[in-house]
Amino acid sequence: MTEPAPALPANRRREVLRQSLSIGAATGAYGISFGALSVAAGLSILQTQALSALLFSGGSQFAVVSILGAGGSGAAAVATSSLLGIRNGLYGLRTSRLLGAFGLRRLVAAQVTIDESTAMAITQPEPAAQRLGFWVTGGAVYVFWNLMTLVGAFVGDALGDPRRYGLDAAASAAFLALLWPRLRSGDARATAVLAAFLALVTSPVLPAGVPVIVAALAAVAVGLRRSGHHVPPLEGVDGSLPGSDPTP
Amino acid sequence: MTTWVTVLLACALAYLLKLVGYLVPARWVDGSRTSRVTTLLPVALLAALVATQTLTRTGGTVVVDARLAAAGAAVVLLLLRANFLVVVIGAAAVAALLRAVGWG
Repeated sequence: MTEPAPALPANRRREVLRQSLSIGAATGAYGISFGALSVAAGLSILQTQALSALLFSGGSQFAVVSILGAGGSGAAAVATSSLLGIRNGLYGLRTSRLLGAFGLRRLVAAQVTIDESTAMAITQPEPAAQRLGFWVTGGAVYVFWNLMTLVGAFVGDALGDPRRYGLDAAASAAFLALLWPRLRSGDARATAVLAAFLALVTSPVLPAGVPVIVAALAAVAVGLRRSGHHVPPLEGVDGSLPGSDPTP
Repeated sequence: MTTWVTVLLACALAYLLKLVGYLVPARWVDGSRTSRVTTLLPVALLAALVATQTLTRTGGTVVVDARLAAAGAAVVLLLLRANFLVVVIGAAAVAALLRAVGWG
């Protein structure tokens, strides 16, 4: 795990760098939508930037701001964000074996362990390319995502009334786009329908944000059903496809 | 909880969850049932967020307004394999347009 990987030939190195940087720029660009929606939901520019710099996981960030924006409690926002963040821990199980990073490097690696860096690392054949791909992709997404969050926060601040520009509808479209690539299996589609139903029937009687947590039971119900009815896992460590998620 | 406490707590827990992957042995989370539930967890949460963001208003009552039309537009754009930003901006534009003409 700690042995140095054999060096990459120059052409492979260029290829991995080019791919990693383009993923970073493309994914990071979506930070503009997070920045604008976060400010529209009532968070300050500094709070918005703190989420991108410190939380750095798109789905969780969108969840925090939309639950707070809908008048949900801090506890509901933190719980939903954390449930969505569990997948990053599963990615870490996989990347920790590829990276062989210890000490401070491991602490930094954890922060940039997201869909894109994991996908880039696990799809490279050579150990040196896996490490290079992980670090450059993670770093590039981090830098671009944070820069574009700042741009988006100022844009959102300048726009004013979020409803007039349809920013509330943009939030549902963002969640829909995050959900879309995960709906490939029948189990996933059944879970999505059940979860949406649970959230809608409980929302008139529960405080804002809590119905989303209740809906997590749909994953437990479908996941624990009799086995044998299961679609074989895709290449992700947890059966999901890292990198199919359009944000970090 | 103030907004700052919420933001920082969410950040701290997100980081700890990422770090846990580097610290625990993989066999702790092996097992097909556990992996099925953890795969489906983001699906359930995101679907619930889509539903509540699209169809509920303050107080949790279900309403149909411009957001549902916008979500429909988002589905069409996703079926056309549009880029994430195109989907988000397209949906916002549909909602803004409908509201400009006085609906939803």
